[in-house]
This record gives sequence, C-alpha cells and structure tokens, in this order.
Amino acid sequence: MVAFANILVGGVFHAAVLFLVAAGLQLVFGVQKIVNLACGSFYALGAYFGVSFIGYVSAAGLSPWLMMPGLVVAGVLVGFVGPPIERLLRSVYTRDESFQLLLTFALVLMFQDVFRFVWGPNPRSLDSAYLIYGVINAREFSVPVYNLLVIAVAIATAAGFGAFLQRTNYGRILRATAENRGMAEALGVDVRRLYAVVFTLGTALGTTAGALVVPTAAASLDMAIDFVIEAFAVVVIGGLGSMRGALAGALIVGLIRAYAIVLYPEAEVLAIYIIVIAVLLLRPAGLFGRQAT
Amino acid sequence: MTRSPPALVALTGAICLAMLPLLAPSYYVSLMIPFFGYAIALLGFNLLFGYTGLLSFGHAMFLGFGAYGAAVLAGTFGIKSFEIVLLAVMLSAAFAAFPIGLVCVRYVGIFFGMLTLAFGMLFYSFLFKFYHLTGGDSGMRVPRMNVLGLEMAQYNKIEFLAGPFYYYCLALLIIAAVVMWRIVHSPFGLHLKAARDNPRKAEYLGVHVHRFRLAAFVISAAYGAAGGAILGFRIGLADPELVYWTQSGQLVFMAVLGGFSNFFGPIIGAFAFTLLQDQLQSLTQYWRFILGAVLAAVVIGFPDGLAGFANGLGRRNPGKMP
Repeated sequence: MVAFANILVGGVFHAAVLFLVAAGLQLVFGVQKIVNLACGSFYALGAYFGVSFIGYVSAAGLSPWLMMPGLVVAGVLVGFVGPPIERLLRSVYTRDESFQLLLTFALVLMFQDVFRFVWGPNPRSLDSAYLIYGVINAREFSVPVYNLLVIAVAIATAAGFGAFLQRTNYGRILRATAENRGMAEALGVDVRRLYAVVFTLGTALGTTAGALVVPTAAASLDMAIDFVIEAFAVVVIGGLGSMRGALAGALIVGLIRAYAIVLYPEAEVLAIYIIVIAVLLLRPAGLFGRQAT
Repeated sequence: MTRSPPALVALTGAICLAMLPLLAPSYYVSLMIPFFGYAIALLGFNLLFGYTGLLSFGHAMFLGFGAYGAAVLAGTFGIKSFEIVLLAVMLSAAFAAFPIGLVCVRYVGIFFGMLTLAFGMLFYSFLFKFYHLTGGDSGMRVPRMNVLGLEMAQYNKIEFLAGPFYYYCLALLIIAAVVMWRIVHSPFGLHLKAARDNPRKAEYLGVHVHRFRLAAFVISAAYGAAGGAILGFRIGLADPELVYWTQSGQLVFMAVLGGFSNFFGPIIGAFAFTLLQDQLQSLTQYWRFILGAVLAAVVIGFPDGLAGFANGLGRRNPGKMP
C-alpha cells in the first residue's frame, strides 16, 4: 500500500511534466495545425538553460530557496526562442502536413547539435538542489516536496490556461481562430501575430517543463528525442488539439510508466504504445478529440 | 523526367555505379553498400509516400525486421545463403506488415504517420527491452553469408564488400527498381495514384482504396526488409538504433531530399544523403546541425528535391506526382 502511494506520486509528477509539454503541443496543433516534433527539443532546451541559469544566479547570490521560481523564470525566458522559429515555420503553413512535420524534424536535428555545442556531450544536472525543500515522511511513505510543488505548478497552469482560453477576450479570439482562420482574419484578427503568440506560448510551456524537471533528472542529449515520443503518445491518447485530452493522456502515460517500471519493467514503453494503438483503433480522434469528418 | 527518357537516366546511373569500384578508393565503394540498402528500402517507402500519399513515420521498423531477420536466420539457424535469407525476411516482413497495415490504412495524413510511429516504437521497445531474445541495446550479430552459393573466402570482409558484394547489391537495386517501375506503371500503380488524389472519387469508381493502400504497405515493407538485411550484413550487427524513430525520420529525409515526386528521387536521395552524411561526419562533430539545415532548406525552398531541381522546371503543383 505504501509502495503503491509512492509510485502514485511519482507517476503524477511525471504526468505533470508531460502535461506541460503536451499542452504546448496541443495549443500549437489546435491553432496552427502543426504537429511539432521539436517540442521535445524545447523541453531539453529548458532543462539545459535551467541548469545554466540557476548556476549563474546562485553565483550572483540567489537564495537556494528561490530555486524553483528561478527555474520557472528561466523556462519562460528561454521560451522566447519561439518567435524566430515561428517565423521559419510560416513558410510551410499552407503546405502539406508532411512538410510541416519534416521541418520540425529538421529543427530536432539542429537543436541536438546546438545542445552539444553550448553544453557539451555530457549530461548536466542540478541534483544537489533537489532536496532543498525537504521530504515529507510518513512511516515508509516519502515524497520530496519539490515533486509536489511541480505538480502544483502544472495544476495551476492547467487552471490558468483553462481560464485564459474560456474567459478572456484574447482566449476567445484564439479559439475562434483555431475554429476558422479565414473568418477570424476577415473579422480583423491579426492572425500572423496571433500565431507568433501561440507558438511562443507553446514553446514556453515546453521549456518551463524542461526547466522544472532538471533538479530530478539530468539534462542530456537524448532527452529531446526520447521525450517527444512520450509527448506524442499523450496527445494521441488524449486527442489532438484538446487541452482536457492532454491532461487525461498525461495522467494515463505517467501512471502506466510508473507502475510498469515496478511491476514489469520490460513493458515500460511497450504498454504506452499498446494503449496508443488501442485508442487510435477504437477512437481515432483520441479520448477528448473531435471526430474528424 | 519530362525532358530525359527515364531509361536513359537509369542506364547512365547504372553504368556510373558499375564503374565506381574501378575509379574510387575502396572506402567509398564500401560506403555505397548502405546506399544500396537505403535505396532499395526507399523505393518501397516511396510507393507508400509518393505514389499512395501515406507518410509512414515508422518505416525503420521494416529495416529492423530485415536486419534482425538476417541475424536470426544466419546467426541462430545457420542459414548461410544470402538469397534465402533475403527472400525469407522479405516474406516475413510482408506477413508482419499485413495486420499492421490493416490497422493503419484506415487513416491518412497525420494519423497514419502517428500510428506507424507507434508501431515502430512498439517494435523498438520490444527489441530494446527483451534482452534475452534480442540482445537489447547491444543488438545481434549478423554473420557473414555467401552470395549465389559462393563462399569467396579469399576476400576479407572489406574486400568482399567493396568487390563482389558491391556488384551483387547493384544488381539487387536494379532488379528492385525494375520491379518497382513495373508496379507503379501498372494499373495497380494508377489505382494507387487515383486513391491518393481523390480517395472518395476512386472509391466511387470501384477502386477498393483500403485494399490498394494495404497492398502498397505490404510491398513497401518487403522492400524495407530487403534494405535492412543489406544494412545489417554490412555492419555485421542488427541493433535497435536502426528502428528508432529518428531513423524513420531519416528515411523521410532521404526521400524528400531526392524528391519523392520522381521515380528516381529516392535513389538519388539515398545517394546524396549517404555521401553528405559521410563527408559532414569527417568534417565536424556538428554534422546533425548541417543536415538539419539542409533538410529545412529543401523543405522550404526545393520541395521537389534534387530530382525536381535537376529537372529544372519547378512544377506548378509541388509534392504531387505528375
């Protein structure tokens, strides 16, 4: 029972990080109709930049207690690589989706070497700071407070995004553009600008997730291409373009991984893809996606 | 292809490749073996991508099938004839592709890509995690095999690859290309194109769209396995990296680099990519960045790839077969 609870928290932590990246992926797909393979690279970028940023501000005398807000700031800051990349993607908006996918694949290749060039081939970590917020211990049940904080951030982000999309004017404009680009443009929405904003938001979500995960796992060259596959599984399970789907998918993938590692390690990744295939077969549009016509 | 008769292009290419071992150092000759492997796999890939309009993002799965199939047949069962191994892996890949295809061909566009990606990663994680069956991340050894029943023990592996095996693979590529040419120019190929351009209309006219897509998927799987067997034979190893999704991305890269709207595009793409990657790797450790930049430039600037560029008449309708 205790082990069960420990695994549960671990799984939800993983789900929280997955959700942030998948939310960015969904936002970009929902509005711009682009499936962004580079979302894993943004995640890794956030992780690497987070390590450097915290190293820098700690040297400048930042209290270690402010590490987590520091990481969020780092993630959001580096999210501003979004606009120039969006400018590049602009050339393929009207093209076939295979070209869009390939262009983001090109970004994946390029980012791999940017990481190697800037941060070197060896993993970079921040693990000394992981337990600074303490650990909650209740008999054998133990969970680092940091994990709970990240889960809280993810929940806050989900709630904030929901409110932003549903209640604010800009959120309405954004949903209208996702629904019908031409009509929104005709009604005077500056779609080019909106696309830049949306892509930057999506990027920032990915980089923030990467920055937040780095105290628990080192930033490495493989993390980008490994993570994108999981994020894809999340959005396929949840349904492309659906925020609620991202949440459900992230929880499913996060928990399955956490339990599979303990129960049957061989099936850790296998189980995720079996679910992906099952969902695509039974509900091609995903759990919360809209059925394609 | 509108300006130069395809037969002439093919003949010139084949003669150039046949002359290569006489002119180039043996390093470059043996570098051509992966080119042959990729070219054969890409011929099949392009039946699916270029002619049927289905972008598979898990096609490396079939490369892996070929390589691991060769490792099992030659290593575990001791079958030393490369022809038998080649036929066996092609057949078994086709059989494996049948149920997978049955599931996948119901979708097009991004969903087809995602589903093939999921199957590819399923196979990858099987290879990676089931250590006692597949050797896990260290892979399986692919032993040396004989070709056409000839041992050729007098050659060491490098000489063998740069000599007899080179011509053997060239012959395989020519056979594969001729067969594929017949396939795409048969009524079957025309059905595929019709189903690609307007599936609803094709269905209305009596084309069983799903059945034709499935057939294309199965054929492309067999081609992929043949290519994979050649790749595995050259390295002497079948390892899970061959099946990872980035490898599938690389296949798409080659097809687009060469130009998937041209019959010879994938072959040109495989050739250009193999040379480019080799040169960049010897030049800098940051070769991926340059490859990515090349890919981005091709996608944005030359959607018809090298073949379209060589034709020099930028089609009005990029990305569609004439």
